[in-house]
Amino acid sequence: MPVARTRSVALIGLAGSIVEVEADLSAQLPGFVIIGLPDAALAEARDRVRSAAVNAGCPLPQRRLTVNLSPAALPKQGSGFDLAIALACLAAAGEVSHESIDRVVHLGELGLDGRLRPVDGILPAVLAAARAGHDTVMVPAANAAEAALVPGVEVIGVASLLEAAIRHGGEYEAREVEPVPSVSGGDHADVPPGGDLADVAGNEDAVEALLTAAAGGHHLYLLGPPGAGKTMLASRLPGILPDLDPDAALEVSSIRSLSGRALGSGLMVRPPFEAPHHTATAAAIVGGGSRVIRPGAAVRASHGVLFLDEAPEFPSAVLDVLRQPLESGTISIHRANAIASFPARFQLVIAANPCPCGGYGVKGSDCTCPPATRRRYLARISGPLLDRIDLQVWVPRITTAGLRLTGDAPGLSTAEARERVIAARDVARQRLRGTPWRTNAEMPGPWLRGPGRLHPGGRTTVELDRSLERGGITMRGYDRVLKTAWTLADLDGATAPGRGHVGRALYLRKGIMA
Amino acid sequence: MAHNAELGRRGEQLAVDHLEARGMQVVDRNWRCRLGEIDIVARDGGDTVFVEVKTRTSHDYGHPFEAITPIKLARLRRLAIAWCEATDAPVSRIRIDAVAVLAPAEAPALIEHLEGIS
Repeated sequence: MPVARTRSVALIGLAGSIVEVEADLSAQLPGFVIIGLPDAALAEARDRVRSAAVNAGCPLPQRRLTVNLSPAALPKQGSGFDLAIALACLAAAGEVSHESIDRVVHLGELGLDGRLRPVDGILPAVLAAARAGHDTVMVPAANAAEAALVPGVEVIGVASLLEAAIRHGGEYEAREVEPVPSVSGGDHADVPPGGDLADVAGNEDAVEALLTAAAGGHHLYLLGPPGAGKTMLASRLPGILPDLDPDAALEVSSIRSLSGRALGSGLMVRPPFEAPHHTATAAAIVGGGSRVIRPGAAVRASHGVLFLDEAPEFPSAVLDVLRQPLESGTISIHRANAIASFPARFQLVIAANPCPCGGYGVKGSDCTCPPATRRRYLARISGPLLDRIDLQVWVPRITTAGLRLTGDAPGLSTAEARERVIAARDVARQRLRGTPWRTNAEMPGPWLRGPGRLHPGGRTTVELDRSLERGGITMRGYDRVLKTAWTLADLDGATAPGRGHVGRALYLRKGIMA
Repeated sequence: MAHNAELGRRGEQLAVDHLEARGMQVVDRNWRCRLGEIDIVARDGGDTVFVEVKTRTSHDYGHPFEAITPIKLARLRRLAIAWCEATDAPVSRIRIDAVAVLAPAEAPALIEHLEGIS
């Protein structure tokens, strides 16, 4: 039978689709045609596969080979189809077993020497294969550990095309080859250590806001003069967040795999921390690319923290692209031939100076920034964006008195804080069981205020109601204060927020304006 | 050059033997016109077959079929038409075949035959 069929995976964003790779051998002059919307790298498989097959020791027949990647309308990119193409061609030539290759999903790029090279995005690709009901995948040896992170899938790691062909019943003489090592090694080497929360001196308000942000999943805005410890605070946030649950760990690891970063020996269990520089473009934040759509910083921060230091220095267009993911938790990137959707359920922390010189509002500073300049500076963080941030706190510089005070009693350590956060999150999860939400910040406003739900009612919210009446806060702001109040109650171990919690929540949201 | 020409002639003779063994009648060999040369013209039932023969002693410079490029194939088609115009015999269907002869010095020759290359 001259037609052989196997399977591979095409990734669009994080979503993978199974692609059937068919090869037909026809009695024609030698040629190699790949059809089914390949991109440039994939079309080059033509040359890679033929040379690799010869050099590996299992040459392809000198006839015309037509390779079809179906569904033909789905755009496919990259070099990960090489192995599937080569094996389908060898099966069409009758060298390896049709039945054997039909059962297995193949991923991997071929080098001209016939060795298999690791490819990016193995984890999401294997995950897609598993979800589509395939239980065996063949991947380059360097990717085998990563592929094995997907439960319930048998992973066959192979070093070369020849080894793959022999495993599929090809009668060749085995050759010893050295497997291509993975590009970047190390166990999560680039995860920042973060430092301990106890290092933060003074600033109880800000530490409380940080704790609240961690417990409820709220976004956080830190405003204060340079040197007040805003960056220090923000970098401590991932440390006090609980470990990722298995689904989130798989998603975070998939994004990491897609970004071409090392996964090490296990899934990522700690929340990621992304701090893009303020020269980042909108595409760097959300992701982009014309053919291969790559995740940006906001996607990589999913289930973790996206920290924008010196936020007013970011172009306002860049800040405003974050509004959609803040609302929906996903980022969709539209291209002419495909739409890629990425998860982007990150916790946003932004830090800003009060004015360009940074001295405004600080005792003893000689800030000369005119009011208009100050306003313009902070106005770069747009109202709609600020409205989505539950906690907005002023971080003052520590005074000598404050330093003396904290010198005797060490502050909250990261370990203690994380325990409190985990306890508060457990309470919230218990309350929200049976709903799609896990943290207080995720609760939608109308649901929150719905009959018999979580609106504390009565006189508890009298200050908040008055603030809404006066136009001090928006309806969205009202909902957000309520959510923060629930988080504060959870941290305190209260069954429902009291008047104090609501007042505190209102202060944490509007503290900057006061 | 002399070696190559001799090798070519030997290959063509092997190809003719192969075609005749398959029941085809060779009607013309090394037919030339200003466009070039047709190695073999043969009849296979009702078909008039134009055969391009490529001979090699080894695979060092690639498979013989790889030497038949799209340009050479296009010239072969024009040659076929020129042959049809020049002949008196009736021609109904035409076909272009390729025969690869691998003739190493100390081993029996290996012949591969592709029918109806396009």
